[in-house]
Amino acid sequence: MKYLLLIYGNEAAMQSASKSDVDQMHAAYMAYTDALQKAGVIAGGERLHRSTAATTVRVADGKTKVLDGPYAETKEQLGGFYMIDVPDLDAALSWAARCPGASYGVMEVRPIWAM
Amino acid sequence: MPRENDVRETAEAVARRSYGKLVAFLAARSGDVAAAEDALSEAFAAALTDWPAGGIPASPEAWLMTVARRRIIDAGRRRRSGTDAAPHLHLIAEEIEAAAASQTDIPDDRLALMFACAHPAIDPNVRAPLILQCILGLDAAAIGSAFLMSPATMSQRLVRAKNKIRQAGIPLRVPERGDLRERLDSVLEGIYAAFAEGWTDPAGTEIRRRDLAEEGIWLGRLVASLLPEEPEAIGLLALMLHAEARRGARRDAQGEYVPLAEQDPALWNTPSIEEAEALLHRAGALGALGRFQLEAAVQSAHVVRRRTGAADWVAIERLYDALLAITRSPVVAINRAIAVAETRGAAAGLAELDALADDARLAQYQPYWAARAGLLARTGEAAAADDAYQRAIGLEADPAVRRFLQRRRKELGAR
Repeated sequence: MKYLLLIYGNEAAMQSASKSDVDQMHAAYMAYTDALQKAGVIAGGERLHRSTAATTVRVADGKTKVLDGPYAETKEQLGGFYMIDVPDLDAALSWAARCPGASYGVMEVRPIWAM
Repeated sequence: MPRENDVRETAEAVARRSYGKLVAFLAARSGDVAAAEDALSEAFAAALTDWPAGGIPASPEAWLMTVARRRIIDAGRRRRSGTDAAPHLHLIAEEIEAAAASQTDIPDDRLALMFACAHPAIDPNVRAPLILQCILGLDAAAIGSAFLMSPATMSQRLVRAKNKIRQAGIPLRVPERGDLRERLDSVLEGIYAAFAEGWTDPAGTEIRRRDLAEEGIWLGRLVASLLPEEPEAIGLLALMLHAEARRGARRDAQGEYVPLAEQDPALWNTPSIEEAEALLHRAGALGALGRFQLEAAVQSAHVVRRRTGAADWVAIERLYDALLAITRSPVVAINRAIAVAETRGAAAGLAELDALADDARLAQYQPYWAARAGLLARTGEAAAADDAYQRAIGLEADPAVRRFLQRRRKELGAR
């Protein structure tokens, strides 16, 4: 089964982190991505720009409305994601727990709708 | 030609004995609990129409499995469109076919199903109801009434949980060693919750609730037999048997509530107590203490009164110390305070209760106020005791317990 691992984190805290902390986190993400690749479970993944770069779009009554900012203004924002292909939820949860994002913020695990 | 009654009886006997096993087997292979249940209920319906004419098959289980298998494949074909469905379904079909055809017993996947029901990804409040439904086949109305919830709401929650198992890919298997203990706790908690719901009807007047206590013990026996090396599974069974042994003593002939300390030990069920004691002994030898063993040991220290005429309050206090360290539960703390009142006097017990007064949860917890009232009465603080009884009576839902508290309160005034 495919799962999306959504990484939510506190952007403000990330902004104010020291350079050594940031470096350490980058290294941790590199190692994690490497582990996913070696296990042969990775199906994709990207890091996102901060939510200040987000724009929302909706169409109502035939009019397109474009707004600056993310869908929801919350302290923890989506910062990136991985897509993995594993046998079941337990396997997905154990990969989610290993992601550095689980220690800095929170991971949401969502099964992909199989077409 | 078998009579309709015989057919119905055979079908019901198979349902009672094998329902959970058949659901678990089908669900473990399809990953879809709801589809397994639907297929099986259709198979039972087919049995009731086919058996009277064609005779009761030599192996009713295998017959039901073959029919259920056909239904589950059809349903799977309807739901899963696209190309990847066919080989997958074919594989399931073959495996089920082989099991139905073989002379050996159907593999027992009930434990795996229980672990899926009690998975951390499932809402904790729905785990016990889900186990009752999947393993025992109880309907939403029966479960809802036991958990004080409307059948519609209960049904909705059960459906949502089963969808979660399927969509999120929650595995139907017994977890690896590392996760086993932690996950087992929630399986055991689910079983205990089912038992406790039955236990709250002390007179056993509501058939559904009494059944739930019996079903809880049945599930406890099942888990203890499937995991004979897990001390907490054995401890839970001991705890439930101890509690069940006292059912007959909890009400007098007039249906009035009798507190544990005033129960007649002659009314306790000796075989149940002896079985519980033996289980506790076995669990203890496995060398991993836990909540259920400690609670069963508390029961054990109460029933020594059968032989010695008094409960072993020193042991009870020590056991509650250990339980408090594990659970940090205010409910345990109240029970510990009651034990302290026995070992070191009512004033010491009251001091323990006072230390809990800041916990807002206790303001609406009847046993806290009842314990307080009892101890205040013993230390001669009649006015404060009267207030506490008032609080306890207002919070009690069971009329027999309410009348008991009212009697105690009246005795206060008579002193």
